[in-house]
Amino acid sequence: MKEYALFLGCTVPVRGLHYEVSARKTAEKLGVRLLDVKDFGCCGFPLEGADHLASLAMTALNLAAAENAELEIVTLCSACTATLTKANKKLKEDAHLRAEVNKVLSDQGAEFRGKTKVKHFARMLVEDVGYEQIRKAVTRPLTGLGVAPHYGCHYLKPSEIYEGFDSPERPVTLDKLIATIGATPVAYEDKLQCCGGGILGIDELTALKMTASKLKHIKDAGAQAMTFICPFCAVMYDSSQKAVEAKVGGKYALPGLYFPQLLGLALGFTEKEMAMDLNRVKLALKLAEAGK
Amino acid sequence: MADDVIDAGELDPEFKFEIAKQAGGENIKLCFQCGTCSGTCPVRAINDKYNPRRIVRMALLGMRKDVLCSDFIWLCSSCYACHERCPQNVRIPELMNAIRNIAIREGNVHPVYKSYVEALEGHGRLLEIGEFENEKRAKLGLPPIKEEPEKVRKIFLKTELKETLEGKHAKDQTCKTGVGK
Repeated sequence: MKEYALFLGCTVPVRGLHYEVSARKTAEKLGVRLLDVKDFGCCGFPLEGADHLASLAMTALNLAAAENAELEIVTLCSACTATLTKANKKLKEDAHLRAEVNKVLSDQGAEFRGKTKVKHFARMLVEDVGYEQIRKAVTRPLTGLGVAPHYGCHYLKPSEIYEGFDSPERPVTLDKLIATIGATPVAYEDKLQCCGGGILGIDELTALKMTASKLKHIKDAGAQAMTFICPFCAVMYDSSQKAVEAKVGGKYALPGLYFPQLLGLALGFTEKEMAMDLNRVKLALKLAEAGK
Repeated sequence: MADDVIDAGELDPEFKFEIAKQAGGENIKLCFQCGTCSGTCPVRAINDKYNPRRIVRMALLGMRKDVLCSDFIWLCSSCYACHERCPQNVRIPELMNAIRNIAIREGNVHPVYKSYVEALEGHGRLLEIGEFENEKRAKLGLPPIKEEPEKVRKIFLKTELKETLEGKHAKDQTCKTGVGK
């Protein structure tokens, strides 16, 4: 059984419990063991704009914790994914920077040695489990459900850190995952657009307008739901959907689910087991058991 | 003379070198102003105040104070869409972070960063995980999480982050004192 250290970051374990629960349960069912490393904390992303060295040291501390546990990392948040992957690459390549960062960490007995790897949960599904194995494990295909994939930004960008996994301009992995569980991926305008979550704390109205733009495009395309793989995106499209309607306008009633929640339903878990009561906009599903 | 005309005497020719020395800003001088970043930018599409091409041009010209003490440098959502299309590998999102790092040193500290630092010092993470949060987690069968702020505090001490926020590593604290160009 493949084992990984599960990196939760700050947002998922507080505001994305439905993501965490569904990721843990579906991984286990698909033969991937996600382990908890107690030394994991904030990935460092929030301080990239404030102090480069402090931010990088926070990132390196997490990478070092995974190295000590002799595990590779699986992430749920896309911002954590990019931050950890970027730092891992940079610190492996730049000996001077590595020394500088390790000096910051020296008084807590931590050292970055460049011995781990980082992978987003969805990438792990694609690369380690594979579409075919997932398809075989599906007991309740989501036939007839039109789902718009939202890739978000940091899952695939900056692309040079992701070793050619999927295309940043014409991505396919999430579409394929949707099709693998029997649902129909729905194409829509401006598919790559950012959710706006990155500037929610800076300029709320601009951020919500960015969110509104995608909600509209997805509604126009006739999807019954959207799916995302990052807690920031979930905060924008699901938790903030009412705020978008109030402050920007429009009426969407568009259910947004974390991909592992949809995957879980297809693997036979109940809506309760996938913590679907935590999604603000409810998805009305009538699922038939396969073969019935 | 109109108010918005640039006064060459007020330009700081060293600014682009200052940025290039800051991590993330290394490639600023490669920009040839094609505007692909602004054409791609999802923030720019909605809010005119943010224009990455213009910010890079201002920086290259040496409009140090106008850039560092502005409120538009915080608007990059770090989506990396421009980065994927930039023909000169200017690395705009990282360049914006480099500019923000300098701005913060020089006294333009956006309140959001103050709240981040406060949360990270208090909890070791952006969002608190106390008894209440762990009870919610337990109900869903999720393991408890223990906050470990000491590790982050040690990093802040070693990197002198608080001193940075107080302007102690500034060149001239231009956004506080108005000194400098």
